Amino acid sequence: MSIVPHTNRRDFLKLAAASGGGLLIGFNWTNAQAQPAVLDATSAEALAASIEFNSYLSISPQGVVTIFSPNPEVGQGIKTAFPIVVAEELDVDWKQVKVAQAPLDTVKFQRQVAGGSGSIPHSWKRLRQAGATTRQLFINTAAKRWGVDATACTTNSGTVIHTASGKKLTYGELAEEASKMPTPTDVPLKDPKDFKLIGSTIRNVDNKEIITGKPLFGVDFYRDGMLFAVIKRPEAFGLKLKSVDAVAAKAMPGIVDVVTFDNSVAVLGKSTWQVLKAREALKVTYEKEAALESTADHDRIFDELLNGSTATVRRQDGDVEAAFKNAAKVIKSEYQCPFLPHSPMEPMNFFAHVRPDGAELIGPTQTPERARGDAAKFLNLPQEKITVEMTRMGGGFGRRLATDFVMEAVKVSALAKAPVKVMWTREDDMTGGDYRPAVKYRFEAALDAEGTMIGYKLRGAGINAGNPTREHNFPSGTVANLLIDSAEHKSPITTGPWRAPITNFLAYAEQAFLDEVATAAGKDPIAFRLDLLEKAKKSPVGDVKYDIDRMIAVTKLAAEKANWGKAKTADGKAVAQGFSLYYSHLSYVAQIGEVTMKNGKPELTKIIAAVDCGIVINQSGARQQVMGGVVDGIGHAMYGNLSFKDGAPEQANFNTYKMIRMANVPAVEVHFVDNGIEPTGLGEPALPPTGGAVANAIFKATGKRLYKQPFVEQDVLKGLS
Amino acid sequence: MAQYTLQINGQKLQADVEPDTPLLWVLRDHLGLVGTKYGCGIAQCGACTVHLNDQATRSCVLPVSAVGTSKITTIEGLSKDGDHPVQQAWDEVDVPQCGYCQSGQIMTAAALLKRTPKPNEKEIENAMNGNLCRCGTYHRIHEAVKVAATKTN
Repeated sequence: MSIVPHTNRRDFLKLAAASGGGLLIGFNWTNAQAQPAVLDATSAEALAASIEFNSYLSISPQGVVTIFSPNPEVGQGIKTAFPIVVAEELDVDWKQVKVAQAPLDTVKFQRQVAGGSGSIPHSWKRLRQAGATTRQLFINTAAKRWGVDATACTTNSGTVIHTASGKKLTYGELAEEASKMPTPTDVPLKDPKDFKLIGSTIRNVDNKEIITGKPLFGVDFYRDGMLFAVIKRPEAFGLKLKSVDAVAAKAMPGIVDVVTFDNSVAVLGKSTWQVLKAREALKVTYEKEAALESTADHDRIFDELLNGSTATVRRQDGDVEAAFKNAAKVIKSEYQCPFLPHSPMEPMNFFAHVRPDGAELIGPTQTPERARGDAAKFLNLPQEKITVEMTRMGGGFGRRLATDFVMEAVKVSALAKAPVKVMWTREDDMTGGDYRPAVKYRFEAALDAEGTMIGYKLRGAGINAGNPTREHNFPSGTVANLLIDSAEHKSPITTGPWRAPITNFLAYAEQAFLDEVATAAGKDPIAFRLDLLEKAKKSPVGDVKYDIDRMIAVTKLAAEKANWGKAKTADGKAVAQGFSLYYSHLSYVAQIGEVTMKNGKPELTKIIAAVDCGIVINQSGARQQVMGGVVDGIGHAMYGNLSFKDGAPEQANFNTYKMIRMANVPAVEVHFVDNGIEPTGLGEPALPPTGGAVANAIFKATGKRLYKQPFVEQDVLKGLS
Repeated sequence: MAQYTLQINGQKLQADVEPDTPLLWVLRDHLGLVGTKYGCGIAQCGACTVHLNDQATRSCVLPVSAVGTSKITTIEGLSKDGDHPVQQAWDEVDVPQCGYCQSGQIMTAAALLKRTPKPNEKEIENAMNGNLCRCGTYHRIHEAVKVAATKTN
């Protein structure tokens, strides 16, 4: 096992000052009329006496345990989950723990990223080892002082105890001495049955600051002398900047500068409102650089790609053509989804202060390391001359994996030679690109006379979607003859990862199609899937890149909890249920949607989710991620739609782009599989199966399939708000 | 530019801004009260909700010149120690995920409970429906409003 060596005290002070100075952004509340300014690290002084035992934790002589959470917090709850794991192995009370966001430090930490639901699987062992090793260090230190064998000592709530004599020393009392002791190696980790914190219900560590409106987010960062900037970008994808007349804008009150770079014109000034108004006064012309695509063009392009011969084969098992030739029945369907903006509640923004000898970057990013790398490259500066501090993020959903908004701040600051905060309006955010790509799928299934699926074909057609299939996901591995391929159209409309990339739509399409196949085979949708899985267990086809037993277990848990096929309403009517099952980001989720008819329209009343993410670290946080993922899944499947006319998005704000609201939300039940397996991520996996559970339940209630998102625009749901 | 004296959180605060500046930006850029959030700028999301004479109001579309002597309460002034029943309930129910929309949600809920101390399910839904939460914390928001209602006599 590898242990990060003790760093010296000076290094720690630097860390404390950096995290305090930038991340505990705050200002003096008693002087509310002053321009907000960042105070010196409020907690740095208190923490200064702390001793750092490894990258993740320090302990003060007073017994205060500070746990550093290195990964960006985007609402996935990592700033609460990581410290729980460290504190568990360290064996301290949660009340003793203070949590601080660590700044970007690639020497101390690996993978400071919020994405791919990967933080927990990546860091689980590291966090445990950090806690367990420090705990053992304290035991060794106390044992030495008492002149007893370390194995005769144990710990409880931040105290080392010599069992025989009952002698006790707190971690705080031992901290100074422990810091001079050799770091133990190969320390055993706790038996999960002894976990006290892991698996309990722990509230978000930033609750107090959030509910009192403290400055936590990127947009809340202000500094004396900082300029505010907004940027005018082309109104359509495919246009490039031709000319700028900024005379009128520059003459407006509070405006300091107007700078032009790439296809952008930035207005800098002394307040947000002033720069917003001045941006309206810019006279900018554009010229066509590439095709100005409309949604109607995309519909045509999808059909060309689905019928064309340019597809790239992603996976091939058996002889699919023969299977279809010999089929007793063939089912064929197409599913389509539109582009979607990410719409985090906090729009894009970033602060940059570029100086000749370095740069300071502060703001909401899911990828601080990439931000630093891109800035270093652009400024032609060594990476160590650039600091990145991560603020809490008002959502990201993948949008903040990109660095375009960071680089805008860097470029504007460099051009204006001033500290600058670049702010995006909602319209900028929604029309600014990096969307979930629009995709259309064609599925074909071949059934034999017994209703067994002997052949399966999937072709994905995407617009800037890369590979829009996940060729090794279920049902791959369970079908003898299978062909999955995909084709892509390159468009000026920019796309990027959107919460559960590709699977956020693919899962719905697949699960809805499998429901069609089960119906055509005359089988119960769950029995149909279980049958495929059980057969694959005995004789898998090619690579099976998911755990079949976990797929089966999570399916059975959902069926049991939902009383599958037997559920009745309070007044005795049958509830229409739809099933969906998906494996993504290493976690397994099965969902059952319930629909009842109300005034002739189907109403979604409940989603029952069964989740296997291995060990649940925090009951509260984990349930939030599942419920939020389900709500997100319903919302975007039902309402989400970004359409285009001549290269420009036709929706720009929440008045025309509908988001799910409280009145649209059904009951959501969450059940976890308790299997003791090492934990996996939860930021994404609950979302992909939701659309399928909803669509399949609506089919059960109405006999109508939903082949296109958003659902509310399809005939069966028209008229629903 | 014009001088405005505003009654905010029990204090008289002055701002020298243009008359059409939305109250939201006066609070954030000029008075350092950044708990009130920008989300859409067109009164569609509720992130900017403050109380204007105890009524939940969207500060992003309220020009500062229209505020006059109205009493403004922001999230920072909802309670002295962050212990308003709604704030307590929000913590107990562990509502926030990213947390960005929550000050607006809390201000909407507090105004509802002031007007309707014991709201039924539909009244909660109607009052809160104007506030978007992109993380989808709606179930816990609903629950927290009910918990808060039990704390206010």
